[in-house]
Amino acid sequence: MATFDDLVFSHRLFMKAYPFSHYANDPVPCTPLRKPLNEARVALVTSAGVNLPEQDIFDHSIKGGDTSFREIPNTVETQTLIESHRSPGFDHTGIAADRNLGFPLDRFRELEAQGVIGELNHRHFSFMGSIVMPRKLIDETSVQVAQMLRKDEVDVVFLTPM
Amino acid sequence: MCVQTVGLLAGAIERENITTTSVSLLREVTSIIHPPRALFVPYPMGFPLGAPNNPALQHQVIAAGLALLERTDVPVLEVFK
Repeated sequence: MATFDDLVFSHRLFMKAYPFSHYANDPVPCTPLRKPLNEARVALVTSAGVNLPEQDIFDHSIKGGDTSFREIPNTVETQTLIESHRSPGFDHTGIAADRNLGFPLDRFRELEAQGVIGELNHRHFSFMGSIVMPRKLIDETSVQVAQMLRKDEVDVVFLTPM
Repeated sequence: MCVQTVGLLAGAIERENITTTSVSLLREVTSIIHPPRALFVPYPMGFPLGAPNNPALQHQVIAAGLALLERTDVPVLEVFK
């Protein structure tokens, strides 16, 4: 189980001092599920920092964090994704062995085949979560992705951190 | 900061009238950022679905996350058991 006390010392101090409440969802939005899950169109959004081999990797040099995103087509072979997350704060060997650990597309394909979900969207989205200055994420890139998902008529999004 | 990023993304997507559910690796962060629905999992950073190459466990986490979709008493923060 991860708590602040499990983090490396420098990260622990940073997290305890960080003004999380400044960025909180307030009010908390609520969109009730409008159709049964087995009829819903589902997309994945991850902050695991994965990208296609032909896409640029996330930029590690931006001090406040890279707020850009990568579009991942639903047809991707999951294990071919590159993981370029800059954080030294987690063990990268897990996702190296199995991308589904942070981007569970193969699991959702199985749920689609079983009829648990209606269908997968034609695209998914990846961010690199190491964003300490999230204003551009809040005002721009998260809104862009949300609007693309709405345009795709997505009903449900499943999000995973790293 | 991944957990904050996911919480902020979930809020933005839900504001576009899409129902979201998310995994959390740090309850301290999620309990402040308030994504609409989150499942706190007892795994280390970097292991949100539990373990690599363990589809059964990954499916358990996903199922528990999807089970939150019906909830409207947001913010929802449940613990995976």
